[in-house]
Amino acid sequence: MSTTPDPAASSPASPLGAARPAPKTGSRAGARTLAVTSGKGGVGKTFVTANLAAALALRGQRVLVLDADLGLANLDVVLNLHPKLTLHDVFTEKATLDQAILPAPGGFSVLLAGSGMVEYSRLTPEVRDKLLHIVEMVRPRFDWILFDTGAGISDVVLFSISMAADVLVVATPEPTSLTDAYATIKVLATQQDRREVGLLVNQANRVGEGKLICGQLQQVLQRFVGARPGQSFKLELLGEVKSDQTVRQAVLKRQLVLEHYPGSDAAQAIKALANKLLG
Amino acid sequence: MLDARRLRLDLALQLLQQAGALLPEAEPYSEAWLQGIMDALCDLSSKDALTGLVNRRSFEMALAREVDRVARSGEPALLLVLDIDHFKAVNDTYGHAAGDLVIQAVAGALNQVVRPMDTVARVGGEEFAIVLPKCAAGFGATVAERLRERVAELRIEIASGQTLAVTVSLGGAFAPQWVRSSSLLWMERADRQLYRAKAEGRNRACLENQVDSLVSAEEKGMLFAVTQQESE
Repeated sequence: MSTTPDPAASSPASPLGAARPAPKTGSRAGARTLAVTSGKGGVGKTFVTANLAAALALRGQRVLVLDADLGLANLDVVLNLHPKLTLHDVFTEKATLDQAILPAPGGFSVLLAGSGMVEYSRLTPEVRDKLLHIVEMVRPRFDWILFDTGAGISDVVLFSISMAADVLVVATPEPTSLTDAYATIKVLATQQDRREVGLLVNQANRVGEGKLICGQLQQVLQRFVGARPGQSFKLELLGEVKSDQTVRQAVLKRQLVLEHYPGSDAAQAIKALANKLLG
Repeated sequence: MLDARRLRLDLALQLLQQAGALLPEAEPYSEAWLQGIMDALCDLSSKDALTGLVNRRSFEMALAREVDRVARSGEPALLLVLDIDHFKAVNDTYGHAAGDLVIQAVAGALNQVVRPMDTVARVGGEEFAIVLPKCAAGFGATVAERLRERVAELRIEIASGQTLAVTVSLGGAFAPQWVRSSSLLWMERADRQLYRAKAEGRNRACLENQVDSLVSAEEKGMLFAVTQQESE
């Protein structure tokens, strides 16, 4: 069932920065890229990313989750991993990319930011180049690359989103989360010229709340962000995860709901999200 | 195993005694005692000896923490930097001992004005910095003005029967909401405002104009229309 590529079996180890032709970055050149972001922290962005990766893996996809929250990464916490090698080591050329890509529970691969990345939490040209290079290197080897971005709308967050073709915004019905999700989408529409953004409503209180929230956001976006004549902005509801005991349990035990509570509503919702993405 | 008795602790103990720090009550050279000594040394190395305020090293840590917190929570936070006006003249005219008294008095005054959650630090000779978490944009100017006034009201006794009044210039900048900036950049922005305050004649506070939030009140009103209807 696991489709995680064995890092050792893939291309020969090459330290980052070694001269090699960059693969084409067109849509057919490799993995589909999706950034998961939220504006506000603590809304379950990493939870959604990790479980989505597992759901895609279940569908036979080779998935890499890239921990793009360089300053306050917590993907390792969610997955209960204790990585010896991280993105930090790749940045400092202490490890090759192949060494730092690790198998995660759930049958996907992760590239964790690790501590010590604080020094990279500002977007310098160096950080930008290194991240771009890493993405180019891994694209041919996976079907999906998910970027788990940090909270907020910092330049690093916006840059990691810009590396992805598609964006999934995670929001909860909380007013603060809605405001921040709205602000994020607004920035993406105005600064990155995005015409389409996906929305997942997490911790929904009842069935249908996601649709309601998406409609509301879409309305405000239409009015205040607008679009140039002949173009439209589309916010698509890609999922709704209801707040339930199973999710809280899984998060506390640092488990994936996809693995440990596959029958739960939350797991079903994430699978539905994966199905939508696969079309 | 570590044999604590073989450690050379005489200088550390001497430093703590000189600073008037309380030595741990635990059995000497036990683990708890050693931990106590280390805690006391950490405490000592994070404070400014003259004023007892947080020192520059420790302040930089506090500032970096605040940058992370603001990036994550989006809450407003204000950084103020201030400097005693014409302090060199105080030193030159009345001597360094008087200068020290002035610094101590200003430090005390600053500490009285701020909230317990704020961090006041002495970051240089006559320079201070204050980080104020959860300080709404509307309060920034009020806080800065209150600090300025409190210092100006001081009558510092530098010799029996001889008092001195000093003023301060302040510069302030809010942490950019949602942007994980760096403490260095934040400090630079506040410093720029301090230079402005000095250039405009001292004894005043200049704050960087706060950029409006990304989301206007009208947008918010429309966003929450639906959730409000539901709860009604």
